[in-house]
Amino acid sequence: MDRQFWTYLGWRGAQSLVIIAIVIVGSFLLLHLVPGDMVDVLGGQRGDMDAEMMADLRARYGLDRPVLVQLLEYIGAVLRGDLGYSFRNSTDVLSLVLQRLPTTILLVVCSVITAVFIGTMAGVVAARHSHRLIDVVISMVVLVFYATPIFLTGLGLMIVFSVKLRLLPIGGLMTPGFGGNWLELVTNVVTHLILPVLSLSLFYIAIYTRLARASMLQVLEQDYIRTAYAKGLSTYNVIIGHALRNALLPVVTMVGLQIAELFGGAVLTETIFSLPGVGRLAYDAVFERDYPLILGVLLVCSFIIIMVNLIIDIIYTLLDPRVEVSR
Amino acid sequence: MLRRVLLSPAGIIGLITLLIIVGMALSAPYVFPKGPWSLVARPYLWPGQREGLIFGTDALGRDILAGVFYGSRVSLLVGIVATACALLIGITVGAVAGYFGAAADAVLMRITDAFQTIPGFLFAVVLVSILSPSIATIILAIATVSWPPVARLTRAEVLRVRESEYVQSCKVIGMSAPRIILTQVLPNSLSPVIVAAAVLVATAIITEAGLSFLGLGDPNVMSWGTLINVGRPSIRTTWFICIIPGLFVVLTVLALNLLGDAINDALNPHLRRR
Repeated sequence: MDRQFWTYLGWRGAQSLVIIAIVIVGSFLLLHLVPGDMVDVLGGQRGDMDAEMMADLRARYGLDRPVLVQLLEYIGAVLRGDLGYSFRNSTDVLSLVLQRLPTTILLVVCSVITAVFIGTMAGVVAARHSHRLIDVVISMVVLVFYATPIFLTGLGLMIVFSVKLRLLPIGGLMTPGFGGNWLELVTNVVTHLILPVLSLSLFYIAIYTRLARASMLQVLEQDYIRTAYAKGLSTYNVIIGHALRNALLPVVTMVGLQIAELFGGAVLTETIFSLPGVGRLAYDAVFERDYPLILGVLLVCSFIIIMVNLIIDIIYTLLDPRVEVSR
Repeated sequence: MLRRVLLSPAGIIGLITLLIIVGMALSAPYVFPKGPWSLVARPYLWPGQREGLIFGTDALGRDILAGVFYGSRVSLLVGIVATACALLIGITVGAVAGYFGAAADAVLMRITDAFQTIPGFLFAVVLVSILSPSIATIILAIATVSWPPVARLTRAEVLRVRESEYVQSCKVIGMSAPRIILTQVLPNSLSPVIVAAAVLVATAIITEAGLSFLGLGDPNVMSWGTLINVGRPSIRTTWFICIIPGLFVVLTVLALNLLGDAINDALNPHLRRR
């Protein structure tokens, strides 16, 4: 690794820190947009607090101090991993979120892999047979996928596969009270995840198909592809070994850009299929007016997305040395 | 340009579909003078089960067709106004960042990054629930989560135009920066933004439907998402209550995307797809 790379890494790292700082300040401002504070919520719940008690509580939690002091306290707390306390669940926000996070990450990662795999395959096939029947069919299907909201795909798949055909479970991460060895457990979870993953990835399959097709068409025109054919390589070898590698770069960039949207989509999929992830947690928190919890979910998700983008950027510069390492 | 859009089959199909939806929105009060909330028959009537109710009735016995007609008004309104707000914020931020560069650029682009990092739909859910659901807060939330791509696009275009000779000559004759941006830079850099606007309207319609689906819609208006939310508890039996308004969302979004593609092709004939 040369110095240029390390400078770039430092620059990107600093950039990420600034973004994290902005997100934390933004989340604090949102928390203060909420009418009434934590003590009001608590008082409303218990119903037996008088003004003196409430003032006492405010002093104890530091809610009577100037906003700027509270902001600094909040930043310090978030950096220590203290995202506040959820009175509805009687636990601290961070442990609640961390407990639900694996389900969401599983859902998002499976969806990204499905979308990239099916999308690139479809895109390659379409580009290979461009302007023939199969290309037209793929383009039309993609157009419909692209226009269908995630929740509608979820509901549609649920009606067909869970209600009518009874092939797949209607919701949850696994059969309640499931006991069995690890293989049965994995199969059980996989069958529960098929529909949520499909409904979350359909839209992205559409995007990656379009992208892979366009980028494949561009790559197939390059001189080195003609050279590869001239060497006598088979079509399969040329497409997979030479063209696809280069056509994949824009897809990788796109994945980085869309991780944030996938977490947003997870709210809908997890709600429809009752998956115990952070999206469902946020949905429940919204209706329980549990604002520290909602913002905790938002903060943790944003943090993960910033980290993923940083990692993708680094991988990208390592994969493709032509990418300009500069500001 | 309009001729080029109309000459492509995708453009025509998109435009006609969109005109039909707009027609539904405009004619709703005349076709269904009693409004979307009035109870017309027994609940859970299947489409066509009773004459005159081609889409059936929902869980309370309201005419789903009337709901679809009135819903198109909300979806189009939210889509268009939210996009207009997003364009206003995005173009302003992008133009200022691109034209002035340096510190303004660094600050504005980091803020844009931060907004792009937060999961858009989740952020919209949080905003609407904190500000309490209404048409205005839904529009505000959608605009807040959808301006960053506009800002990036505008900035890139402004950077390209900024160094051109006609902009330089405007500086030389002492034109003020706002005037240069408004009269010289923006008119020459907005065409990709216009294409993006069609997709933004589509995304806004999907987001509104998603919010109402979760129960975060304006309780006082009937939107496609409201109908879908009403039909959700009975999804196992009367699934048509969810699916019919859902298909109208798909149709509208499809039409907008087709139109956006056609406009894009018309603006960049050399990029026409191979």
